[in-house]
Amino acid sequence: MKIAVCIKRVPDMDVRFRIAASGTGVDESGLKFDISDFDGYAVEAALQIKERDGSGEIVAISLGPDVVQEILRKAMSMGVDRAVQLKHDAPVQDPYAIAGALAAELKDGGYDLVMFGRMSIDTANQSVGPMAAELLGLPCITAISKLEFAGSVVKARRELEGAYELVECALPAVVTIDEGIARPRYPSLKGIMSAKKKPLEVRSAQLGEQRLTLTKMALPPERPAGRIIGEGKDAVPELIRLLKEEAKVL
Amino acid sequence: MAQRDFFAFAETRGGELRRVALEALSAARAAADVSGGQVHAMLAGASGMAALAPRLGAHGADKVLVLEHAALANYNPEVLAATIAARLASGGYRGAFFSASAQGKDLAPRVAARSRVPLAADVTEYSIGAESVVAKHPGFTGKIVQTFTLRASPAILSLRPGAVLPKEQAKAGTVESLSTAVDPAAVRVRVTETVQGGGAKLDLGDAPVIVSGGRGLKEAANFKLVEDLAAAFGNAAVGATRAVTDDGWRPHSDQIGQTGRLVSPDLYIACGISGAIQHLAGMRTAKTIVAINKDKEAPIFKVADYGIVGDLFEILPALTAAVREARKGH
Repeated sequence: MKIAVCIKRVPDMDVRFRIAASGTGVDESGLKFDISDFDGYAVEAALQIKERDGSGEIVAISLGPDVVQEILRKAMSMGVDRAVQLKHDAPVQDPYAIAGALAAELKDGGYDLVMFGRMSIDTANQSVGPMAAELLGLPCITAISKLEFAGSVVKARRELEGAYELVECALPAVVTIDEGIARPRYPSLKGIMSAKKKPLEVRSAQLGEQRLTLTKMALPPERPAGRIIGEGKDAVPELIRLLKEEAKVL
Repeated sequence: MAQRDFFAFAETRGGELRRVALEALSAARAAADVSGGQVHAMLAGASGMAALAPRLGAHGADKVLVLEHAALANYNPEVLAATIAARLASGGYRGAFFSASAQGKDLAPRVAARSRVPLAADVTEYSIGAESVVAKHPGFTGKIVQTFTLRASPAILSLRPGAVLPKEQAKAGTVESLSTAVDPAAVRVRVTETVQGGGAKLDLGDAPVIVSGGRGLKEAANFKLVEDLAAAFGNAAVGATRAVTDDGWRPHSDQIGQTGRLVSPDLYIACGISGAIQHLAGMRTAKTIVAINKDKEAPIFKVADYGIVGDLFEILPALTAAVREARKGH
């Protein structure tokens, strides 16, 4: 199977972010960057398909400035065969424009399966995968927590609120991957060495007009400082009173 | 021609209207009241959907677009996306509202791409101007509020569940039947089954109250205390931390946090939850937060409107009894 995995470079989330002076980005000093969480699951799922088949090719694709080459190399060190950077130096926020640039790259690639993470962990729009599928005219199943194949039919499970769906479609197809599918492997030393020699092509991203623009980033308003109202079960009557009279939720 | 009307997708599951359907509808109503346009709410399902139309009329739909087909018994993304995009292309719509529910997150981007417009996804606040829409969307696991400007018509928005309160406002709710814009026999993606998990319990996204448990409960069986408190409210769902779902105490779908469900209930009760960043990212937008924890230094107390320090094995039964008493007659 020929598989494309589209991945995004994002900062580590376990930090206290600062807003950059521009007001439209985070201050990147001191931040560590990696493959976005769900995209990492997609890479792992692709590797497992190839291992199961004993054949196939996996191509990782990322849109952005030259620093995205770091995550493309990392994907190749995990076992991806080759990589494509869709070069664009300025930040892009419009998922439709991003989907368009990816679709332009994917269209004639002869891919059986195009994989995305369910969403990027930073901007968290959860839109690029299904938009790219529409632009490619391919069937699409999003937010997959279990993925199987019966011949050339994709059989997937999608988690809903308090329920799940079983969904099928034939290849070629686009899928977006939820967590729970497979934990991404760590690159081996051998993998890291061989990744250096794997091909990484750089092309200009064919971005159309951007009609969704990020105009401001801000830290969320702080909640009022927490209040401890008492200790032990003796505090329960006071809690009930506050829920009734102050919060008006009871 | 001025585009003044607003479209709302009324999400259903198993033939039942979901709370998020009324949220999208109420958003459309408020927008149309400003623009002077009409609200068209769309219902889709296998059959009998028109029976739900009066509720949409009561929540502000001037017109209820009803799409019925046997192929719509389960969610059918291709038929819905094609039919909605065709409707939006028929003109007159300034905007379209979806919920950023599991279904809406799948459907809204498909509709937007087919309509060749961007999508403002998972929006918590917005304002609709003549030329542009300004929408806020929390990102970076809830740590940063991103403000986007969307220049396209129709402006397509998906709303974070709980961001807009459903509001009654009686309108005609005139039923108009739609036909499918593509042949349902030709669709490629098929939902073969929708399986309800855990019985008829309220879903986390629908529940005005969420009672949530963490490692402080010590073992899976003790979730009974959390379930009892939820049952005493009568309108509560049960959530859990990632630590607890990773350990298999609760299903993965109950996880609230950065990588699980993002919830904004009226009342969130955290029981034996320390308040890791990963968890706070999923619930810090709750209107009122209560925390019960034995460690008074636990970070959850920093965000809790009302905290009680102590042994939850004593406090929860007392609270359950008190809530049951307070809810008598509800």
